[in-house]
Amino acid sequence: MSTGNAFLFLSAFLASAVEMVEALTIVLASALARGWRSSLAGVAAAVVALAAITAVLGPALTAIPLNALRLVIGGLLLVFGLQWLRKAILRASGFKALHDEDAIFARELADAEGAAHLERAGLDWYGFVLSFKGVLLEGLEVVFIVLTFGSAQGSIPLAAAGAAAALVLVAGVGFAVRAPLARVPENLMKFSVGVMLTTFGIFWSTEGAGAHWPGSDAAILGVLGFVIVVSLLFVQLLKRERLEAVTA
Amino acid sequence: MKWLAAFGRFWWDFVVGDDWRVAVLVAVAIGVTAAAAHSDITAWWIMPVAAPLILWLSLRRAIRSA
Repeated sequence: MSTGNAFLFLSAFLASAVEMVEALTIVLASALARGWRSSLAGVAAAVVALAAITAVLGPALTAIPLNALRLVIGGLLLVFGLQWLRKAILRASGFKALHDEDAIFARELADAEGAAHLERAGLDWYGFVLSFKGVLLEGLEVVFIVLTFGSAQGSIPLAAAGAAAALVLVAGVGFAVRAPLARVPENLMKFSVGVMLTTFGIFWSTEGAGAHWPGSDAAILGVLGFVIVVSLLFVQLLKRERLEAVTA
Repeated sequence: MKWLAAFGRFWWDFVVGDDWRVAVLVAVAIGVTAAAAHSDITAWWIMPVAAPLILWLSLRRAIRSA
C-alpha cells in the first residue's frame, strides 16, 4: 500500500470513528429511553438515505477532472481541517471544554424520556426521528470525508473500507458495552483527524492550483510532519498563555 | 424551500464553521498559489506557510471572543 493510500485509509477510519462515536451516543440514548425497535428503524432509514446520497454524489465526483477536483476538494478539506484543528488545539490547551460523551448521553436520555409518546407506522416517532437525525447528520460528515478523500486520491473504495472498519469497530464495541464510548480519547482522535485533513488539504490544493511538490507524492510525509509540529507548538504556546493568565 | 435552506445551512456550518474568515483566507492563499504557479514561480511553499498563519489568526480570534 502506498503512503497516500495508507493515509487515506487511516484518515477515513479515524474521521468516521469520531463521527460514529457521536452517532452511537444519540442512538443509545434513544434506544434506552424509547425502545430499540423504533431507534433501530431510524438507524436503518438514515443508512438508506446516506446510501442514496453516496450513490448520487460518488459517480458525479469521479467525472470531474482530477486537477479541478483536487483544487476544490483540497480547499474544502483545508477549511474543514483547520476548523477541526482549531477546536482540538483549544481543547488541548484548556481554552475550550473537552467533549463529554457521558454528559451528552445523560442530556439526550433525559430529553428522550421526557418527550410525549406519539405512534406512527407502529413506531415510537420520537425515538425513530432522534436516531434518524443523529445517524443522518453524523453520517453526512462520514460521506463527505469518504467521497472527498477517496475521489481526490483516486480510490473511493479504499476510503469506504476505512469508514466500514470504523463502523464495525464502533458498532461492535457499542453493542458489547451498551453505553456511550466515553473512554475513547476523542480529542486526540479529533486532533489527528484535523492534522490529516489539513495535510491533505495543503497537499491537494497546492497540486490543484498547478504547483508541483518537490519529491512528488512523498512530500505528503513532509507536510504531515510540518503540520504536526506546528499544531503541537500552538498547543504549547496557548497552554503557557492560559497558565500565565490563570496565575496572573 | 425551507428544507433546501436548512440543507444549505447545514453544509455551510459543516464546512465553513464558526469562522468564515478561514474560508476566505484559504481561498486567497490558493489564488496566490495558482497565480505564482502559472507565472512559473516556485509556489509549493505558499500553502504550508499560509495554513499555520490562518490557523493562528483563527485561534487568536476564538480566544479573544471566548
